[in-house]
Amino acid sequence: MAVDKKNTQAYTGFVRTEEAPLMPPPPSESGITGWLWQNVLSSCANFTSVGAGVRSVLMAAFTVFVVWLTVKIGWGLIDFAFLSAVWSDPDTLKREVCWTEEQGGSLPNGWHGACWPFIQAKMKFYIYGPYDNSELWRVNLAGLIGLVGLVWVMIERLPYRRHVGIFLLTGYPLIAIILLTGGAFEVDHGSLSIMAILGLAAISVGRLGRRGILGDSVATVAGVFAVAGWLMVAYAGVMLVLSTDVGLMNVDTNDWGGLLITLVVAVTGIVASLPLGIVLALGRRSSMPVARILSVVFIEFWRGVPLITVLFMASVMLPLFLPEGVNFNNLLRALIGVMLFSAAYMAEVVRGGLQAIDKGQYEGADAVGLSYWQKMRLIILPQALTHVIPGIVNTFIGLFKDTTLVSIIGLFDLLGAAQSTLADAAWASPVQGHTAYLFIAVMFFIFCFGMSRYSIFMENKLSRGRRR
Amino acid sequence: MAEQNAVDRSKMTVEDEVVVSMDSVNKWYGQFHVLRDINLEVNKGERIVICGPSGSGKSTLIRCLNRLEVHQKGTINVHGIELNSDLKNIEYIRREVGMVFQHFNLFPHLTILENCTLAPIWVRKMPKREAEEIAMRFLEIVKIPEQALKYPGQLSGGQQQRVAIARALCMQPQLMLFDEPTSALDPEMIKEVLDTMVALAEDGMTMVVVTHEMGFARKVANRVIFMDEGQIVEENNPEDFFSNPKNDRTKLFLSQILNH
Repeated sequence: MAVDKKNTQAYTGFVRTEEAPLMPPPPSESGITGWLWQNVLSSCANFTSVGAGVRSVLMAAFTVFVVWLTVKIGWGLIDFAFLSAVWSDPDTLKREVCWTEEQGGSLPNGWHGACWPFIQAKMKFYIYGPYDNSELWRVNLAGLIGLVGLVWVMIERLPYRRHVGIFLLTGYPLIAIILLTGGAFEVDHGSLSIMAILGLAAISVGRLGRRGILGDSVATVAGVFAVAGWLMVAYAGVMLVLSTDVGLMNVDTNDWGGLLITLVVAVTGIVASLPLGIVLALGRRSSMPVARILSVVFIEFWRGVPLITVLFMASVMLPLFLPEGVNFNNLLRALIGVMLFSAAYMAEVVRGGLQAIDKGQYEGADAVGLSYWQKMRLIILPQALTHVIPGIVNTFIGLFKDTTLVSIIGLFDLLGAAQSTLADAAWASPVQGHTAYLFIAVMFFIFCFGMSRYSIFMENKLSRGRRR
Repeated sequence: MAEQNAVDRSKMTVEDEVVVSMDSVNKWYGQFHVLRDINLEVNKGERIVICGPSGSGKSTLIRCLNRLEVHQKGTINVHGIELNSDLKNIEYIRREVGMVFQHFNLFPHLTILENCTLAPIWVRKMPKREAEEIAMRFLEIVKIPEQALKYPGQLSGGQQQRVAIARALCMQPQLMLFDEPTSALDPEMIKEVLDTMVALAEDGMTMVVVTHEMGFARKVANRVIFMDEGQIVEENNPEDFFSNPKNDRTKLFLSQILNH
């Protein structure tokens, strides 16, 4: 347009003399009408052509159908769980409290609702399994300490969060193990002390090696000596603590069950899989061929087999390979299986995050003189892990739900415990299964949804003001 | 325009001490011979500008000086320590050599202050408070102390590059490497970064700068090096380099860069 005008003699350029007015947006952009236009009417109020009109009508019909379906299902659920549900069993009728007249009870024929007294009666079993009734306080105490610690770490305003976090990862597991099992593990103090001495020796070799006193060949593997030494000393120390008798009754892990097993397996898997996964991911991207090959083999092996197979192998096959008399606990075997399995998945999630980091970040860290581990810990991993929080939490949630698979090797997790109560004839009724499964679904949902929300909170917190 | 500003040369003295010496250095990327027989000595207090067409190996050259790139033949000595695969040497040299990159390479998850204190705290084992004092001093020198608690993403390109300079200075290096520090900046931000670099030069810092800012070269360099196809083609003081280039390739390059 301006070019056209240029060719005519009348064109004299343009100079703005008064400000263009600032106006409010049209009603379709703001307020309730705006919301309606953008969220509801945008797809079904376009009648500018025949095609668009047909599309709008179909969309409107589909929207109505979806709303109707949601309301119907939602109402059905509310009716089952709340309105029609039986809430109490004052006369301890047990199963008959949830029977209709046809079945010999007092509820109207055609009744369909939740039988909550059944859940109340089985609640202890769902949470603790067959754990000894008089010792439940130990489970509660362990759970309470863990919960308080976790909440403490998650609330930013509280002081000493770092210390609490360290306690949760070091002292707490020991306390929890002692509380839950009763401690007083049978250990061979002789071999433990030999191990501790060997560990101290390895640490010393590492120290001296780093200073170059023992020659170049030792200096290059000084780190390996140090790590191995610390692991041995730590193992000896942990076993020594676990072997002390604190006067608690011993509770076999076969007597654990329900939510207790679910949480023990899930928390162990979650806590162990992240550091293991990080090490594996770094190993897979390492320039050292040995570290890379080992990591790749490990990751591909554990990703290539189903968790059920892993658990079966751990519980059925492993004892066949071990020498006679060596027998370690069924739960421990499942824990190790779940840990290694989820570490392999975590490694690939973390690797995805590492690949998103710009080469310049590595160079920037190198140029200021940071060592490899400082660079990874201070620069690369904080950014990489922030990128993949959704993936990490995805793996956590998947792992949490996969714990139900341990029921296959005879551990009664939450789902397994619920299923086993269905065999109780004292509570047999047509709604017994429905009620139990609804309850289990809600329990799982609470945990998984909680993790999901916390991850969203973390994402927002960490990305605040830090985007490039 | 900027050339008219007077440069205080009182502290810009070149000493006898050799900081960098490269002796017939060669480097290949696969089959590609990227650095060919590079010989270069930099004395303490010298300010060297390296220029040349893109792909001529000038960035690779200065990245060899703190071993972000590995050379395959020849020897490089920095502060009398040879750069080889010995990690101890590399760590020592990286502590003493600061580097500023084309794309800043600030750490986006850390505040400006944390960017500056990170290396002194972890590499020099300096107490946090002392590191923060030093960092604030250098942030004042690059004229952005008020941004200390912001994140890099909240700053303009020119400010980010000045933070990058401050970050390198916080390690109190004896040699500063600049790898095209103004190439990623908008025109109006180039000046603030160049001014910072001029101030650094006036303070007597030893600098090796890869740049196309010929005004900067005229003002502060005491040697200009022209590279092409992995070789040093011409090397001279700035006056003679700009007014009387000898090599045809230098002439061609200068005519292109000065008359665009």
